[in-house]
Amino acid sequence: MIGKSVPRVDAYEKVAGRAKFTDDLILDNCLVAKIYHAAIGNGIVKSIDTSEAEALEGVVKVVTFRDVPDHCYPTPGHPWSVEPAHQDVADRNILTGRIRYYGDDIAAVVAEDDVTAARALKLIRVEYEEYPVEIHPRKSMYGSNPPVHFDKKDNVLNRTNFFIGDVDEGLKNSATVIRRSYKTPMVQHCHLENPVSYAYMEKGRVVVVTSTQIPHIVRRVVGQALGIPWGKVRVIKPYIGGGFGNKQDVLYEPLNAFLTMQVGGRPVKLELTREETFCNTRTRHSIEYDLTAGVDQEGRLLAKDMKAYSNQGAYASHGHAIAANGLTAWRLQYACPNIRGEAYTIYTNTPVGGAMRAYGIPEAAFAIECLMDDIAAEIHMDPLEFRRKNLISGYYEDAYLKPIAANTNGIFQCLEKGEKYIRWKEKREAYASQTGYVRRGVGMSLFSYKTGVWPISLEIAGARMSLNQDGSVQLQLGATEIGQGADTVFTQMAAETLHMGMDDIHISTVQDTDVSPFDTGAYASRQSFVTGTAVKQCAELLLEKILNYAKTLLPEEETRELSLDHGWIYAGDEQALSLEALAQECYYSLTNSSVITAEVSTQVKKNTIATGCCFAEVEVDMKLGQIKILDIVNVHDSGKLLNPQLAQMQVHGGMSMGMGYGLSEQIILDEKTGRPLNGNLLDYKLMTALDTPDLEAEFVELEDPMGPYGNKALGEPPAIPGAPAIRNAVLHATGVAFNEIPLTPQRLIEGFTKAGLLGKEGERHV
Amino acid sequence: MKREKVLVQCTVNGKEIAEYVDPRESLLEMLRNRLGLTSVKKGCEVGECGACTVIVDGETIDSCIYLAVWAQGKHIRTLEGLEKNGELTRIQEAFIEEGAVQCGFCTPGFIMSAVVLLEKGEVLTREIIKKQMSGNLCRCTGYQNIINAVEKVMKENQRS
Amino acid sequence: MYDIENYYNSGTIKEAVSLLKEHPDARVISGGSDVLIKIREGKLAGTSLVCIRDIKEIKGVKKMDSGDIYIGAGTVFSHLTNDPVIRENIPVLGEAADQVGGPQIRNVGTIGGNICNGAVSADSVPSLFSYNALLRTSDGAGGRTVPIRDFYLGPGRVDIQPGEILTHIVIPEKEYRGYQGHYIKYSMRRAMDIATLSCCVVSKIDPRKKILEDIRITFGVAAPVPFRCVKTEEALKGAAVDEKLYQAVEEKVRQEINPRNSWRASREFRLQIGGEIARRAFVKTAELAAGGDGR
Repeated sequence: MIGKSVPRVDAYEKVAGRAKFTDDLILDNCLVAKIYHAAIGNGIVKSIDTSEAEALEGVVKVVTFRDVPDHCYPTPGHPWSVEPAHQDVADRNILTGRIRYYGDDIAAVVAEDDVTAARALKLIRVEYEEYPVEIHPRKSMYGSNPPVHFDKKDNVLNRTNFFIGDVDEGLKNSATVIRRSYKTPMVQHCHLENPVSYAYMEKGRVVVVTSTQIPHIVRRVVGQALGIPWGKVRVIKPYIGGGFGNKQDVLYEPLNAFLTMQVGGRPVKLELTREETFCNTRTRHSIEYDLTAGVDQEGRLLAKDMKAYSNQGAYASHGHAIAANGLTAWRLQYACPNIRGEAYTIYTNTPVGGAMRAYGIPEAAFAIECLMDDIAAEIHMDPLEFRRKNLISGYYEDAYLKPIAANTNGIFQCLEKGEKYIRWKEKREAYASQTGYVRRGVGMSLFSYKTGVWPISLEIAGARMSLNQDGSVQLQLGATEIGQGADTVFTQMAAETLHMGMDDIHISTVQDTDVSPFDTGAYASRQSFVTGTAVKQCAELLLEKILNYAKTLLPEEETRELSLDHGWIYAGDEQALSLEALAQECYYSLTNSSVITAEVSTQVKKNTIATGCCFAEVEVDMKLGQIKILDIVNVHDSGKLLNPQLAQMQVHGGMSMGMGYGLSEQIILDEKTGRPLNGNLLDYKLMTALDTPDLEAEFVELEDPMGPYGNKALGEPPAIPGAPAIRNAVLHATGVAFNEIPLTPQRLIEGFTKAGLLGKEGERHV
Repeated sequence: MKREKVLVQCTVNGKEIAEYVDPRESLLEMLRNRLGLTSVKKGCEVGECGACTVIVDGETIDSCIYLAVWAQGKHIRTLEGLEKNGELTRIQEAFIEEGAVQCGFCTPGFIMSAVVLLEKGEVLTREIIKKQMSGNLCRCTGYQNIINAVEKVMKENQRS
Repeated sequence: MYDIENYYNSGTIKEAVSLLKEHPDARVISGGSDVLIKIREGKLAGTSLVCIRDIKEIKGVKKMDSGDIYIGAGTVFSHLTNDPVIRENIPVLGEAADQVGGPQIRNVGTIGGNICNGAVSADSVPSLFSYNALLRTSDGAGGRTVPIRDFYLGPGRVDIQPGEILTHIVIPEKEYRGYQGHYIKYSMRRAMDIATLSCCVVSKIDPRKKILEDIRITFGVAAPVPFRCVKTEEALKGAAVDEKLYQAVEEKVRQEINPRNSWRASREFRLQIGGEIARRAFVKTAELAAGGDGR
């Protein structure tokens, strides 16, 4: 089953419109909650008057920051840590009177319907005391009065650094040294389903049904936020309409749980608008990088130095883990004897940075891969040749975080495929000396990416299987299907190890923390690796139990080796017993019945590095500031492909996200208030079908010894290399190096004008 | 607040219905909340994402910005109306075969846009297909396999 | 649910007008793709509505015996694009309408709504300016005819009186016969977007002499209201159509338009783009005049 492009196990439900998402499960019989958001970017609430709102007919309850528990709680979807030093930063209250960013949550209304709730919000009167707003991390890091959070006086949430060798010495010995600054934008996940949940009470416990990637973590955080035992919380995750990391954070589930408790456990629905999703959930951090690198006469990297300044926004969320992940990437993949890195994560008065597909690496890879092209340009070397000269071939490991290592390393094969597809040499030459206002170019970039979070954080997954009366198998996991195809590959894995057909494995799509085994959820491209390990172990255990039980049913003189294959127990090569007959016995035997089940909870202390690259060909219309992607290919080494079609689908989606990152996506903030100016799907420029070129996905399949089925990370990596590849293609086409994305038309026009490419007309007016 | 309800009579997926609706209600709300047609998804509420696409008198519309009272006398189709006793239509099958489905939230809207396009019986270029499908946003697929699925069925229809 | 106070439906112009007089605070709603969004945003929350979408008299396109083209204000964009009269006589208007939002929006949004909401980015409006369209309104008793250029009073404000509705847009025959038009929408996406800048050039070129007999250049988003480049037009009429003229269009337009700085785009950027799209649109009309289809 592994390696086959079997259709998704949930495809029928989805194309028939039968798949039930959170909002489909509860309809008009629910109370509706809406949030009162701050209309300033920094300050405190001096007074709040909710009396008019409370008096409005149809309003059931109004709560403010004064009513919620006064302790802080953490929100990121990390495994909890029993060591206080490694616990996530707890800096949030369910509602707050200390406004830290525009839109902060001050109060909430519960009403009989949404129009009443919206009208009640308008009746809440708030007086503020305003403080100056700072949206730039490199200004905020010198402190503000008052600081964003009182325990971080300089607004620096965290700073980490590392060094290998002696960078200063390395730079001194370099033939060429270049210094560049790069900047990435704040972007949003834009899953099509907004965060939505509903909560109610049952038997003294609070139940939250929510669109999340991490149900077991939501349970813990709701318990922490409300200050109630975690066992009093039950979280249910139905089908979810995309997450991309935003739902790897506990968003409004604690507020929702709190609200139902305030109205006697009646069901309360809390559905965010698209605008709230942009402003009040999470974003990908905007990060500024100052990079320096030196190379010798032959173009070998001798030293490199990274300084990163990550804009955290108003609350810690995933915090420094994002920028720190970029520091790790800086150490990997390219051979260099002297490396230094330092990263700051800084609180500001902006929307909050959290996890987003590939967790700090799209940001870092943009900077790193621009730098690689810029060095190559500086020393007049082909950028692909420059990379080949400096990339590590074969095994390498991280100097600090063991056992992070490239146990298999297909980067050279990936480059070869990409080079061939785009016809690199031919086009690099053909586009070398163009004139005119419309020019073409080819560019590329590459990356490495860890699989899961070990050893930075815990990796644990659970799996449970039981044999049904007909010989089929139930499979329950705490890992979540979020659109990536997890349920399908888990089913394939179980079928593979149990030698069964896909139809004989029944996986539960819904996670329910009362029922589903413990697993931390969908993030870090971890599930097929970590949960996959648990599925394999569980299947092996089930198989062993089946065969052991079979022995009890077969004659004592049967000594041949037993095996299971597609519904039959074989003794040697001979069919000895049908699995269905065995199953019936284990359920209903009057002498020997014991239903065959298996359950594992597996800690995985392994990690392995996936890699890949993107090659893009662009046409730049300089006078209109427009980039057309003529051709684009991603090539991935993600180990053995569990399901080639699903793998290709992941790559397409990531490529699309990467192109948007490079060309058009950014949240633009008002300087004065930090308010998102374009927080909706019209003004935030997600690419449409018409903007998207045809996409090519290719693979290099090396079986990785760490992966349960030879596999390694694939879910997130496709989103990494697109933006720098496009930027480098524009560099090739025009000779202009853009160091900040997205490459919006205005940024292009300004860059081309500055470079003197837009003639007198441009110069006179710009 | 007491509100006078308005009677709306229309055909939904071939069935005549009569519902008293609140004149403030969107068609999206009527279809989801009164008729249980939850394939109609709410993604933005302002006609920017296409997740709520349904077909009204042969044309696609965003049901989030269409009042329920406007459905009076209209023929409305949602994704639920395509499949017959568990048997999918070709475009639904093609979405599965081509791998055009991931999280599935945008899928109903895309399929409805595709249905109108395919029922016109024209053979369109890939570029025009993209243009006609550009009122639906997807974050999972990069559109590649969605366009492939539409193109595949269009070509099949042409052959038969 | 939308925060609508009262909802009134009308089946005829007369009914609509009398409802509007009876409820002076009510807003007209047609396709809804603009008004409903403003209600949700809060700008029009709590408003009452008079719906005109069931009025058959204001839908569709007709060519009169005079040759004048009457476009019902309630005609939706996609019907406009596919209308044979439009395709044959003023295709640019259909092409412009085909660039509004996405297919779903084009199936509900009306040309009348596009005009009456006063948005400077309206895709159908630059073409109407360049064809010197006349707007017919009705107040039940009589009506007015207003040249579209006089209809725009300021940002988001149009010359519609209380108790009055826009019923038709008229393109007189003399304004389109012998003219070629081209519309360029400059936006950040190729679909589901509003114009950052837009330009419609309509020209009349003597194909043998290659002389520009008439030209009308209209911009969206280059000033507070849709903007005709009258000075540029006057300066260019009578000139020979050649590369020099294309260059002149680009330069003069840049001197004449007055776009603003906003977070969406800077003034300087819009000036650069404005000259370029005026030039490209004009070149296209010249190609059309020369018999090439130009696209």
